[in-house]
Amino acid sequence: MSERTLRGRVAVVGVGETAYYKRGESPDAEFKLALQAIVTACENAGISPKDVDGFASFSNDRSDASRLAAALGIHDLRHASMQWGGGGGGGSGAVANGAAAIATGQAECVVVFRALAQGQFGRFGQGMRGSRISGEFAHTIPYGLMSPAQMFAMKTQRFMHDHGVEQPALRAISLASYAHAQNNPRAVMYGRPLDEAAYDASRWIVEPFHLYDCCQENDGAAAMVLVPAERAKDFDHPPCFVLSAVAGSHYRAAAPVHNTPDYATSTFKTLAPRLFDMAKVSAHDVDVLQSYENFTGGVLMSIVEHGFCKPDEVNEFFQTENLLAPNGKLPLNTSGGNLAECYMHGLGLNIEAVRQIWGQSTSQVKGADVSMVISGPMVTPVSACIFGSQATL
Amino acid sequence: MSAYLKPGLAGPVASPDGLDAAFWQGLHEERLLLQRCGSCGRFQWGPEWICHRCLSFDLRYEETRAEGVIYSFERIWHPVHPALKDQGPYLVVLVELPHADGVRLVGNLLGDPRAPVEIGSKVHGVFEHHADSEPPFTLLQWTRAT
Repeated sequence: MSERTLRGRVAVVGVGETAYYKRGESPDAEFKLALQAIVTACENAGISPKDVDGFASFSNDRSDASRLAAALGIHDLRHASMQWGGGGGGGSGAVANGAAAIATGQAECVVVFRALAQGQFGRFGQGMRGSRISGEFAHTIPYGLMSPAQMFAMKTQRFMHDHGVEQPALRAISLASYAHAQNNPRAVMYGRPLDEAAYDASRWIVEPFHLYDCCQENDGAAAMVLVPAERAKDFDHPPCFVLSAVAGSHYRAAAPVHNTPDYATSTFKTLAPRLFDMAKVSAHDVDVLQSYENFTGGVLMSIVEHGFCKPDEVNEFFQTENLLAPNGKLPLNTSGGNLAECYMHGLGLNIEAVRQIWGQSTSQVKGADVSMVISGPMVTPVSACIFGSQATL
Repeated sequence: MSAYLKPGLAGPVASPDGLDAAFWQGLHEERLLLQRCGSCGRFQWGPEWICHRCLSFDLRYEETRAEGVIYSFERIWHPVHPALKDQGPYLVVLVELPHADGVRLVGNLLGDPRAPVEIGSKVHGVFEHHADSEPPFTLLQWTRAT
């Protein structure tokens, strides 16, 4: 029996996104945004959307796969999957699900997508309304703990306490995203640079998160096209293979009311070894990293838990220059990421990782062969994936 | 005592399936009742139907002391809910109960919201009654042990 792996079985042959908007500012309906991103990604691949035969998404995306298939006149829908869990923990999980469908012969051409129009459907970052609350949230909301920033500041605070992490480490992550966004005309924060003084002067949202430690909320859609690896040569782009894609979470990660035993974690401790094992690379081999910024604290913990830096070395490691393309030790979030390009629940990070392999990033790392994505730290389940060039196979 | 946070946030009610009804009733009576397994004898929280250790369904609510240590905390400045628009900063603490197998509870830390908070410091519980709410409810808040 052959090795059970995704490594080298599936290729990315097209990516696309709509224009990215601040939240509530999309002139188009959410479903139309989804269609636009899918059509754009298919054009980028040089295929007809009618030849797509699968959809994979995450975060309870509202753009239903069957309706998409009907709207696009898809001939033969063979795969429709949704990764469990809210937020962006499923971004690379959706890539995993789509790739697995192809690798196991269930589908030939899967589009991974995410579409979001918060003006139409309400925001993530606002507290819940209503006069009564029951269930798990009854144990937090009456105490004023109700937004994602508030849920995750608590984890970050404990991690910073345990390892002596100082505020400039978080700041470096934010500054790197904003610096890269200045090269990227797609970025919502293009033309709006950020410096240390502006970061330091920005208001607290919840300690230890300043305003600039928190992702944007945006409208838009993003999509990527997956096909079997052997078909990659038939497309215009240089081959970009899925080397690994994993999802999951550690022991009782979702224990209610902040009771997970290993609390101060980005949720990647158990995934990271599986990610690198499948890809047959180590953290040292990674040329460029996209790491989901819901909040900078999650990025910091994710990078530690994937072995790029030791927990007690973060203050030295997280210097802005170490995180910048093209020459930093670990070029990070080279499109501007969720903080400064667009918060498309992280699927934009996967697209950027592919562009790095293709040599098409606006902050290109020269000769990037191993390009990694970390999706949705601190939620559960989380996910991650690694893309590789032809040279990696 | 007056409430720590300004009024207007959603008040807790027992979940429709009854899973945490005893907990909320306990707070009303100024007693902290948490789940303890009738089979392996260990405490478990948040509320669940089965013991994650021994998989017994015999989880009972048992009284325990509202005393613990601050496991983590956060000082919240940005009001995401309109009721807190004029609140100013407030403190939310995650309190670990070492005598109850280390289960954790979320609450507010009473006192000056701008004062330093030390992880690992001891706190004890204070029952905050909202008798005029409809329906009435009680929260478990925390204050620094002297």
